[in-house]
Amino acid sequence: MALQSKIRELKEKREKLLLGGGEQAIEKQKALGKRTARERIMSLLDDDSFNEYDLFVEHDARDFDMDKKSLPTDGVIIGTGTIYGAPVAVFAQDFTVAGGSLGLMHSRKITKIMDHALKMRVPLIGINDSGGARIQEGVNSLAGYGEIFFRNTISSGVIPQISVILGPCAGGAVYSPALTDFVFVVDNISKMFITGPEVIKTVLGEEVSMEDLGGARVHSEITGNAHFFASSEEECFDQIKKLITFIPWNNSRKARPFEPAEPLEKFNINKIVPDDPTLPYDVRDVIRAVVDKSDFFEIMELYAKNIVIGFGRMGGKTTGFVANQPLEMAGVLDVDSSDKAARFIRFCDSFNIPIITLVDLPGYMPGVDQEHAGVIRHGAKVLYAYSEATVPKLTVIIRKAYGGGYIAMSSRHLRADFVFAWPAAEIAVMGPEGAANIIFRKEIMSSDDPDGTRRQKIEEYKQKFANPYVAASRGYVDAVIEPSETRKFLLHSLAVSENKMIQLPEKKHGLPPF
Amino acid sequence: MNTDKLGRLNIDSTHYTTRISRKYAERAHFKKANPKHILSFIPGTVLDILVKPGQKVSRGEHLMILEAMKMQNLLKAATDGTVKKISVKKGDKVAKGSVLIVLE
Repeated sequence: MALQSKIRELKEKREKLLLGGGEQAIEKQKALGKRTARERIMSLLDDDSFNEYDLFVEHDARDFDMDKKSLPTDGVIIGTGTIYGAPVAVFAQDFTVAGGSLGLMHSRKITKIMDHALKMRVPLIGINDSGGARIQEGVNSLAGYGEIFFRNTISSGVIPQISVILGPCAGGAVYSPALTDFVFVVDNISKMFITGPEVIKTVLGEEVSMEDLGGARVHSEITGNAHFFASSEEECFDQIKKLITFIPWNNSRKARPFEPAEPLEKFNINKIVPDDPTLPYDVRDVIRAVVDKSDFFEIMELYAKNIVIGFGRMGGKTTGFVANQPLEMAGVLDVDSSDKAARFIRFCDSFNIPIITLVDLPGYMPGVDQEHAGVIRHGAKVLYAYSEATVPKLTVIIRKAYGGGYIAMSSRHLRADFVFAWPAAEIAVMGPEGAANIIFRKEIMSSDDPDGTRRQKIEEYKQKFANPYVAASRGYVDAVIEPSETRKFLLHSLAVSENKMIQLPEKKHGLPPF
Repeated sequence: MNTDKLGRLNIDSTHYTTRISRKYAERAHFKKANPKHILSFIPGTVLDILVKPGQKVSRGEHLMILEAMKMQNLLKAATDGTVKKISVKKGDKVAKGSVLIVLE
């Protein structure tokens, strides 16, 4: 009988705590178009899979009359659960409790679940919705952030880390998402910035809204801080769940295989790419023409669109794709696209995901703005990331592969395992026009008909160099293949590479050109 | 593919038909810095002006105090010259890159 009443007591305690900041605060949260922290966890995880920990934790603040206040759960929910059966560790900040502000115990709950995630080698998903540091707790609050950042860094490359921004995430708090692998944002709900509009106005006199400063669109299109943009929380959770199906639990595993399936017939690989190398096409259609079910899961869709990155499955197995996009800025490599590609390559390498690179680019982007923005340093990241990657690396040169761009895009010289080229591939130091203008400058200048001579010389150069056979004759290209043979060659070489094993020189760590 | 709405991008004398990004279209074009133009290197407030039009100044001389981020920044002449024009007055809030003083 005593036990019965104790169970009743537990139930009552739980019921009260499950309401977080109470009904009024929940109504406020809903009025902002936001779900509660608990609802978010429930929509993310498999039904009945959530085990919650530290429900009874209370805050520890004693100053400013805080000792008279109760903050149920201290404003954050932590636990473990599954997504399509895959185990994950989760925390969700609860804005209904003291604005989700981060104090000592709040941060201890987060670091506890982070420690579990690392120890158990399962992905970590953090849902951020917080007003920031709990000012009443002073340096304890800062210490809490520091402990989180440290764990983000130590866990990096060991377990996948996902940040979901579903409310404000301001000041130091933004550095946790920045240290994680994938950041999800939702239009009109996510706000991320180091200093908010009020400070900017007081100090600098510049007026800007939260949305224009650090809204979902800004971080998806301009800053590159966010990887997935959604118009609703529901869409956002669907994206996270889909991502989880593509990635492994940790760096000693591979992603779970799916049933192999053929691409859809409507993506006809013979009809996507125009012969003229100056004409555009959507390279995502080429990817769709080779991946299982034509299902390509794009990452950073709105940022640096001149390069496309994302996951697909080849014969049921997760594969990372990196592809120049001729439809956007002719597919050049520049500061932003180099950053985007390099980080993705490193993710794939950390988590045992083979990389397929589709090449069609005129080179690196010329311009004072690019040079001054550090295209040397940023562009070098692509070289570094490919060179250092030890996962299977397959390259398909579709059309142009000019200059430094050819080298950077997973060339043989950076140890691509298999390099294929389509018959229309042009592997050269630069495009025929530019090359002819330089090599035959004297002839063109001294000719009676400079334009005619230029055209003739361009043609000569095209015949001689604008093809895949010079590179193939040196063994830089392993096979020249018909477009329709692409999937077959890729599937075969992925199968051959399944047990790829190479050993890099031992070192503490390298120094990528950050 | 319908290419009507696409732009053109010249790389190494080849003209590519492609979408032009907003970032590229709106990029700031390079301008060589003119040492005779004293610019605000940060948005802020003009706290004090230390020279008058027509006054001769030498390189390194203090011209103005610009307050920004709660700091008082001394703006100095980058070259010898005469103050030709002062485009702001005490208390003005100025955006980054605005011309504050012109020397000749």
